[in-house]
Amino acid sequence: MTQVFPKESLSAFPKHLTPAYRSTVKRSPSKPLIFVPHTLSELTGPVYGHNAVQEGDNDLTKQHKGEPLGERIIVHGHVLDENKRPVPDTLVEIWQANACGRYVHNVDQHPAPLDPNFTGAGRTITDGKGYYRFITVKPGAYPWGNHHNAWRPNHIHFSVFGHSFLSRLVTQMYFPGDPLFPFDPIFNSVTDEKARQRMISSFDLDNTIPDWALCFRFDIVLRGREATPQDMDKH
Amino acid sequence: MSDITPSQTVGPFFAYGLAPHSRCEWRPELGKDVYDWKETAGANLVTADASGSKIRIEGQILDGDGMPINDAMIEIWQADAQGRYAHPRDSRTRPNTKFMGFGRSATDKNGVFSFDTIKPGSVPGPNGEAQAPHIVFCIFSRGMLRQIYTRLYFADEPANDTDPILTLVPADRRGTLIAHKNVRGEPVVYRFDIRVQGENETVFFDI
Repeated sequence: MTQVFPKESLSAFPKHLTPAYRSTVKRSPSKPLIFVPHTLSELTGPVYGHNAVQEGDNDLTKQHKGEPLGERIIVHGHVLDENKRPVPDTLVEIWQANACGRYVHNVDQHPAPLDPNFTGAGRTITDGKGYYRFITVKPGAYPWGNHHNAWRPNHIHFSVFGHSFLSRLVTQMYFPGDPLFPFDPIFNSVTDEKARQRMISSFDLDNTIPDWALCFRFDIVLRGREATPQDMDKH
Repeated sequence: MSDITPSQTVGPFFAYGLAPHSRCEWRPELGKDVYDWKETAGANLVTADASGSKIRIEGQILDGDGMPINDAMIEIWQADAQGRYAHPRDSRTRPNTKFMGFGRSATDKNGVFSFDTIKPGSVPGPNGEAQAPHIVFCIFSRGMLRQIYTRLYFADEPANDTDPILTLVPADRRGTLIAHKNVRGEPVVYRFDIRVQGENETVFFDI
């Protein structure tokens, strides 16, 4: 049993040490990572049933008494594996700033207002076709302390599980045409242009709901693939 | 070049969404449950139907300056006491169907994380060799653009000496993967500190 999930796929990922993003300097391993074969421990991973998620968890605009301020949007797409096959029944969690660029988190001290009608956390399980859908508001850009006049492009954080613990992905979904892209060291930590584009959602007019909400599509491709009977035999 | 979606950092603000009831005691005066959002997966993996020894894992995660990382998210994945994973790839019968083997702990202001779980059993390894009991760790934090993986092994397991993964690690670095038993009552506590960078840096895996 060797590398059941091809490691070359990871070339799309940022390097651990990316000095332009200052926090990586002291938080990246300095010694070489140890190459080891994939065992049952890596090729399995958390499986979430529907009991982890309640109805309505995917609508971030209905978690409080009133509607949050901001531009209501739909964010939807498919979770796929490396063979572009759907990843059904997998947990997708999101969190984000409110329309003013402020997170509920206590550490966020950006002097923009909190919205009493918006927490900014959601979750859902993909359906049998790997499809997910959230309703939320478009997050605002916000400043951060990385360098002088540093601002994060608008983004929604995504956490996805997939077929195994090696498929685990935490990423950020960006919005098309953001003027902050050239200046953001986190976005640009992905050095391949095509790979960067895969983090940007596309505007989806077909699924925009007239008089109600713009729609953005964000497909997520995870590392790995579903086990084949041959893989099973290896254990 | 494959077409997978690139990783991005979890950032400093994940706790209210991913670990709302964990150890993020950012405002201790409010108590632990600062954020009014349900927890998907927490730091207590023990279920009523899980057989085996209850253990607690405690540790601290430190950066290259030896400073606590107070905004990390630690996830663990492990087999049950009989060495079986709650996953379709592991086709062995599993009576303790509620034990999922997955946990998530955010670190507190001192970089401390903890899990209450069951000590895992030996797991099948490559070429039919058994692996010593171990827990896979996956670490996320601000300043990490992608997760890092490591493993926890138990100091009191003779099988460590022949474990097919541990023996791939240079002998002088293996100690960073060993959790030590701290017998001070029930449950037994295993201490596992993680040094992300620098002297005595924890071994991380290229997988």
